[in-house]
Amino acid sequence: MANVPEELKYSKTHEWVRLEGSAATIGITDFAQGELSDIVMVELPKVGREVKIEDSIGVIEAVKAVSDLYSPVSGKVVEVNDALSASPETINSDPYGEGWIAKLEFADPGEVEKLMDAAAYKEFLATEGH
Amino acid sequence: MDKKTPFYDKIVAAGGRMVPFAGYQMPVQFEGLMAEHQKVRESVGVFDVSHMGRVEVKGKDALAFLNHLVTNDVATLEMHQALYTPMCYPSGGIVDDLLIYRLPDHYFVVINAANNEKDQVWMREQAAGFNVEIIDRTDAMAQLAVQGPKAEQVLQRLTSDDLASIGFYHGLETELAGVKMFISRTGYTGEDGFELYFPAEKANLIWDKLFEVGAEEGIAPIGLGARDTLRLEMKYALYGNDIDKRTNPIEAGLGWVVKFDKPDFIARDVLLKVKEEKPSRRLVCLEVQGSGIPRPHDVIVADGEELGQVTSGTFSPSLRKGIALGYVRSGYTKSGTELKIRTHRGEVAVVIVKPPFYKEASHK
Repeated sequence: MANVPEELKYSKTHEWVRLEGSAATIGITDFAQGELSDIVMVELPKVGREVKIEDSIGVIEAVKAVSDLYSPVSGKVVEVNDALSASPETINSDPYGEGWIAKLEFADPGEVEKLMDAAAYKEFLATEGH
Repeated sequence: MDKKTPFYDKIVAAGGRMVPFAGYQMPVQFEGLMAEHQKVRESVGVFDVSHMGRVEVKGKDALAFLNHLVTNDVATLEMHQALYTPMCYPSGGIVDDLLIYRLPDHYFVVINAANNEKDQVWMREQAAGFNVEIIDRTDAMAQLAVQGPKAEQVLQRLTSDDLASIGFYHGLETELAGVKMFISRTGYTGEDGFELYFPAEKANLIWDKLFEVGAEEGIAPIGLGARDTLRLEMKYALYGNDIDKRTNPIEAGLGWVVKFDKPDFIARDVLLKVKEEKPSRRLVCLEVQGSGIPRPHDVIVADGEELGQVTSGTFSPSLRKGIALGYVRSGYTKSGTELKIRTHRGEVAVVIVKPPFYKEASHK
């Protein structure tokens, strides 16, 4: 069973969001990393880029599959996890910690409200047939 | 409802993540694709390949029938020897690629799982006029592949017969862990290793014994994910990806298993014409220069022109870079030729290399 931390928010495309003031740290969920398995390459968004919710802002390549990273909120990219370029497998081993992908200054608190909480995401995983 | 192989319970207990594959519930991975791939390259791994189709062909015309049916020359087989061969439609397109063993009172044919039903229908249709019997043994038998440089030393602990005496693509009727079975030095990984064929009801016993005696070598179960990366690093064709009814053996680089000097066989004249006129495209090995991972159906280009498509593509765990197979129009197929592949992340520079991609395997 995939790990779903209580304190995070979640998107339908399996990104997680950790909120601190107006900053949102994002990554992909334990479920998503498990589905992709063996991640070997991450294309990170550029710092300073203005993004809209659901924009493709990066690409995650695993041995057998490729997946886009969608921004769960609108805003501006203020920091990216450069360590992932050298060790992308960190996303597999620690998806909610060292495997974080980017930090955004989010523009619209209303969007954040609409993200799923842990209970809703667990329900989403269950009903999606996973 | 997907079928289960005789090893289903053992595989689930070992942590296999099950997916539907060719009508069966099969493990895509256990501890992780990369680790499993390394295990086979460096030590020894076990693949459940019971989902493959298995048939016996017997009767006085068995040899004549098989030699009419397939492109390689079955008449060259010594007792207990194995033969890799395409089986073609009259058009030259490939029905399947098979392994054929010569056994004392029959030939034993191993079929790709996804093609089992189709192949058996095709074989029975072609058997008209031949005195042969085709017997489906798929459900009655279990099949394991034990692969890796340490496969022999592990298996040797379970039998008194000398496994070192079995040559590449040869086999032996033996008793392993007290079970009568046929084993052969064959596989789909490039590493030394064996395939084991035995009664389905002995599945649990053999599985347990293998993991017991292989503990020292860290023997591990291997999923379909690593099976694919291992075979791709060797340029072993996968039916449904690299070869199918729209490809012929000559353009697929399988001309070495098409024997024009044997008696007439299905598609002989068509394939001879392709060979003489040179195929219009060829399956080539493409190695990524830099980063990027090609995937099936990505378009291969040069000078802005589309030359063909990727048929298999992956990150190579051994080479630590992207590799692919794909068909490329003639004129662009020499090794060293630099091409581009349009991937999800944009154009990626690739170079045509000679097979195999991975050159350190313990058996080629």
